[in-house]
Amino acid sequence: MDAEEVYRDEFPVRGGDFANAGIAARRIKQLLKDMGLDPQTVRRAAIVSYEAEMNVIMYAWEARIALAVSPREVHITVDDRGPGIPDVEQAMTEGYSTATAEMRELGFGAGMGLPNIKKNADVFTIDSAAGRGTRLDIVIRTNGHRT
Amino acid sequence: MTLSDLAARLELKAFTPVIPLDRPVQGGYASDLLSDVIGHARKDDLWVTLQVHPNIVAVAVLKELAGIVLVGGRVPAEETLAQAAREKVPVLGTSLTTFELAGRLYGMGLRGG
Repeated sequence: MDAEEVYRDEFPVRGGDFANAGIAARRIKQLLKDMGLDPQTVRRAAIVSYEAEMNVIMYAWEARIALAVSPREVHITVDDRGPGIPDVEQAMTEGYSTATAEMRELGFGAGMGLPNIKKNADVFTIDSAAGRGTRLDIVIRTNGHRT
Repeated sequence: MTLSDLAARLELKAFTPVIPLDRPVQGGYASDLLSDVIGHARKDDLWVTLQVHPNIVAVAVLKELAGIVLVGGRVPAEETLAQAAREKVPVLGTSLTTFELAGRLYGMGLRGG
């Protein structure tokens, strides 16, 4: 992370809160847009935030999405308190999902959430411990220009 | 092509009549899996789906889609309409199935990604 000109913000997300699903991602997207980041970066950060937010709502109890923006990169950290992921490698496989039948009926549980996040990140790390929670660290590099 | 051209030609029902349909539509995407739409739909696409719950609005906003068409005569949930109005996302409807509607949109020149 650059030392210069870092903007920081935090967004709480509650597990099971389907009524407010997508709000954190929308706020993050709007913030980045307002900062004049390039559209590609904004799009990627929005996808990452949305998928991460939905994962918390579907599987965890609560989380904090932390956003740090410097001219060169957008850093998104998602730290949740939840059941954790017993097999991270399996969870990263496209198509694999532990969503319930109800979630699938709503169009969730495509098994694309984590793969979508990874695809849109320049740096992606996931750290999970069963019974404790999951932490995602995502860096998206900007093109360095602002509108 | 604008949303209102498409709506008129395909006799789509507007569930959000106060939202103007003057938005240009560049292409289309048909899917009922939200992550699939997040991953593959493009800006200014028209989204064809049978999902009616409020999360479809969040996805449309995030991806800057031109609008949502609900197929099979499905009606949006009340909260979906409230969110659509707040976010200015046009929600339309048709009695056609996904296959039929996608075919007609393709016939009118719209393409997928």
